Amino acid sequence: MDVKAVDKVYVGNINVAARRARELLLGKLKLGDVIDWATTFSLWPVHLMTSCCGAEFAATWSPRFDAEQYGALPWVAPRQTNFIIIEGTVTRKMACALRITYEQMPHPKFVIAMGACALDGGLFYNSYNIVRPWEVVPVDVYIPGCPPPPEAVARAIIDLRRKIREKKLASRWLIEGWRHDRDPVKPADDVCKWWRP
Amino acid sequence: MKPEELLELLKHALGGLAKEVTVRKGYVEVLVDADSVVPVANKLKELGFDHVKSVTATDYPKESKIRVTYHVSSYLREDLAKPILGLSVDLPRDNPVMESLTGVWRSSELQEREVYEFFGVTFRGHPDLRPLLLIPELAERRVLRKDFVVKEESIYEGVPHRYQ
Amino acid sequence: MKESPIGTSSSGMLEGQKLQGMVVRRVEKELYEVFIGPQHPGSGHMRIIVRLDGDVIVEADPDIGYVHRTMEKLSEVREWLKPIPLLERMTIIDACNITVPYVNALEKLMDKSPPPRASYLRVLLCEINRVASHLYGFGIFGVFLGHSTMYMWAFGDREVFVELAEVLTGARLTHSYPIPGGVRRDMPQDFPEMARRAVRYMRGRLEEYRRIFVDNPVIVKRLEGVGVISRNKAAELGIVGPNVRASGIRYDVRLAEPYEVYDELDFEIPVFEEGDALARTWVRVEEIKQSLSIIEQAVDWLERHKGEPIIPKEDYDKLPKLHKEVYEKTGRVKLLPVHATMKIPAGKAIARGEMGRGEIIYYVESDGGTTPYRVRVVTPSARNAIVFKYIVPGHRLMDLPAIYGSIDYFPPEADR
Repeated sequence: MDVKAVDKVYVGNINVAARRARELLLGKLKLGDVIDWATTFSLWPVHLMTSCCGAEFAATWSPRFDAEQYGALPWVAPRQTNFIIIEGTVTRKMACALRITYEQMPHPKFVIAMGACALDGGLFYNSYNIVRPWEVVPVDVYIPGCPPPPEAVARAIIDLRRKIREKKLASRWLIEGWRHDRDPVKPADDVCKWWRP
Repeated sequence: MKPEELLELLKHALGGLAKEVTVRKGYVEVLVDADSVVPVANKLKELGFDHVKSVTATDYPKESKIRVTYHVSSYLREDLAKPILGLSVDLPRDNPVMESLTGVWRSSELQEREVYEFFGVTFRGHPDLRPLLLIPELAERRVLRKDFVVKEESIYEGVPHRYQ
Repeated sequence: MKESPIGTSSSGMLEGQKLQGMVVRRVEKELYEVFIGPQHPGSGHMRIIVRLDGDVIVEADPDIGYVHRTMEKLSEVREWLKPIPLLERMTIIDACNITVPYVNALEKLMDKSPPPRASYLRVLLCEINRVASHLYGFGIFGVFLGHSTMYMWAFGDREVFVELAEVLTGARLTHSYPIPGGVRRDMPQDFPEMARRAVRYMRGRLEEYRRIFVDNPVIVKRLEGVGVISRNKAAELGIVGPNVRASGIRYDVRLAEPYEVYDELDFEIPVFEEGDALARTWVRVEEIKQSLSIIEQAVDWLERHKGEPIIPKEDYDKLPKLHKEVYEKTGRVKLLPVHATMKIPAGKAIARGEMGRGEIIYYVESDGGTTPYRVRVVTPSARNAIVFKYIVPGHRLMDLPAIYGSIDYFPPEADR
């Protein structure tokens, strides 16, 4: 870093300084691990019920299974949440709402696809009105079942946590900047063609 | 009220307005022409049938007609609460247009919109005729007609379906 | 810039007058359009497009279809037995109530009737599902009103009944229990004792619910006088379920056209007169009590008549030897491949049932083939959707969650 003294004032390049500080903190001092750890223990899902698996989503946060012990609190405003659970079938109309909600969430964000309908259509595989959710948003964890019992949903949250910590998904956003492997498959105009703004 | 008693009551009240009144296996059906739907509906409302339970349509491509059926029943009259009456209209398949019955029974409003988007039947006089459940691109394709084919993996793969 | 059509606040009487020191002038106002979209607190999967004048709702337009999974079209390409799991997914929390009328329609076309033990088992599961469905409705209603204790308590107590259903059928929510002719499994030995314990527990809990939710002064203030549906309006709009019983009309399918064994059981239909949101909540609480009494009566009958068949004699004779052994030892019915391709004689049939949310109607038409020609299902929430268009205007914006929760509208059911 070239710092020169100009009339008793040190002058340097702020961008270069910021980049070197970032590499030091996140690379050498392992602040990234702390960020990943903190993110995994406070994953807040958005309150978007897509389909009938929503009944098991509601049951997972009920007193018997209590997913709040994992730090997950369903929150209403998408701007303050971490991840989104796609429960069940995604219809063509709902795909637009899902995409808009996903884009409103700040990075780093994750997606869990719940149920057989989110895997590959499930019971409605040949229906004309449904889409596959991995075309609309990039999915991290899949949960099979119809509907998956609440224990499976809790297990999926734990799997997501392991994935974030092992692959350092949360801190890579800070180090690398925009990540194109997390872009959705279909552009937003395709998904929302029918909706008048 | 048993189906046979209802049959007598209807034949007496409707007279020549209805084309055909039948009972088969407990299902009472009144078949009318497309022009006399509104007078028959008004007569039924005077008899005491005050709400519509279901508006449905069935596609018969072989006879090239679409049959729209209104299932009506009564809340406020106890003796008419038990039977469900089927009021059917036959419409030509290429141009299915009929008068809307929302002026007679307000409860048929949302379900007529469904029949409009799934079968393409236009209801004249409906206050707000637009697709209810589908996106506009799918509503143009009239998805519940028999010529819109949905493929199914079954043991009958490769065997042409009986109405193709 | 549009003028406000109701013309209350700014236009009208005072215009042009001179009050002391003031001149009153007409101010143009426009209506503010709010999309209460599929992602909202409480989160039902539907959108309500609301036009507001200040805080008063002028027009509300339900934009449904976000969960339309094309059940009617798919039932036309699948064989007769396959729509049973398909149609269950409409109201997954009330799964037995929604498939029993479809099976009744098939039995009408086939001229078959289930043996009495099968009918009692169906009624038992139907009432367990009704209690679970009403508790789900209370839980979601609590989330809408911001009463999260109600959500936690209702869902916790609902687990008791979901566990009962799991012991009886093997699945928490998607039972697929009735088949044309009977039911799939018989009751285990220790089930009557579990059921009686659950009923005793729930009776005590209803008292607590009354204290924290239904008699809570904050909740009463929010629900009393809100969303009033008069008797004539209810008949004109054609709404169903506890909503119509709270408006003074004494209509229940179990009374009007008793199906299964409801004519042998002893229960009452609660009817209230006021027609507001509080009356609708009271109807549901009273219905839970009646369902608990029906569960007790059904379990008593089933204990007294042990060892009776659960499928008709002609179906039992067609089973091969191994299937008969499994049926005798464990009470489970294994269906044959011939059930998947059975043909039903041509004809039309209507069957209806009473779900937790209201009356469901099936119209089944057959032309003698292996797949249905037309299956038309009208669910209670599809008929209740008209409440948004005609009852909501005139209320304030924050009354919308109260009305929405009190009519217990369930979008996957309405969209089919």
